[in-house]
Amino acid sequence: MTVKELAEKMNLKIFCGETNLDRTIEGCYVSDLLSDVMGNAKSGMAWITLQTHQNVAAIASLKDLSCIILVKGFEPEEDTLQHAVEEEIPVLGTSQQTFETAGQVYQLIC
Amino acid sequence: MVFEYPVQGGDFTNAGTVSSKVKKMMRQLGVDAGVIKRTIVALYEAEVNIVAHAYKGVITVQLDSDKIYIKLDDEGPGIPDINQAMQRGYSTASPEVREMGFGAGMGLPNIKANSDVLEVHSVVGKGTTVEITNNF
Ligand SMILES: Nc1ncnc2c1ncn2[C@@H]1O[C@H](COP(=O)(O)OP(=O)(O)OP(=O)(O)O)[C@@H](O)[C@H]1O
Ligand SMILES: [Mg+2]
Repeated sequence: MTVKELAEKMNLKIFCGETNLDRTIEGCYVSDLLSDVMGNAKSGMAWITLQTHQNVAAIASLKDLSCIILVKGFEPEEDTLQHAVEEEIPVLGTSQQTFETAGQVYQLIC
Repeated sequence: MVFEYPVQGGDFTNAGTVSSKVKKMMRQLGVDAGVIKRTIVALYEAEVNIVAHAYKGVITVQLDSDKIYIKLDDEGPGIPDINQAMQRGYSTASPEVREMGFGAGMGLPNIKANSDVLEVHSVVGKGTTVEITNNF
């Protein structure tokens, strides 16, 4: 499934990365601990988190993740957006909790 | 090829910048993707440790045809017990730093798991040196 299809099916808000939505999502990682993501996420994964600061974009780029999904209505900070645009990382958002978000992603891609 | 990059303690906005540059450089040189992944995990964690725990530092990267050697030299409080610091879950990160999602105490274990050779030396009150070597 591509990032675009996932965004459409889950009605996710797209903060940036419109031109990179054709990426295939290969699995998903759910964590708000940055070194957990750094150590354990695999390239191509979608990343569900409530962290909104710039290091999230940096990590997504360094790990070649397919997209970031912010939960609970959180929005990316200005420098996060800027960095995500530069690094071509789609940042998506939902008003749902982490549990519901992860459950839906699981059903859609697994 | 040898490159040197300064790192400022407390500057979370630019944390990861050096890792990003080194990743691009390794890609351009056609280094094996798996080696790049490992190196970047180790380097990022060590870079962020300077930002989170030290005052300032210098990262020296030496890229050869068969290996990458990275030295992270910082001025900071140092690490009193390196064995303890290497334990997963051990962290002295401040509440503010933890709120950002750092401070899980997984950085040094990640560095260890993603380096072929790792050396950590530290002098309390002076600073810490982390040396990472990965073979291609
Ligand atoms: N460069 C450094 N200078 C001083 N202390 C350090 C340095 N690097 C690590 N430490 C000490 O070692 C501890 C463990 O480091 P480690 O990277 O494993 O975890 P962390 O940085 O606290 O959290 P995480 O890396 O999971 O975000 C730190 O909390 C800190 O006390
Ligand atoms: Mg750390």
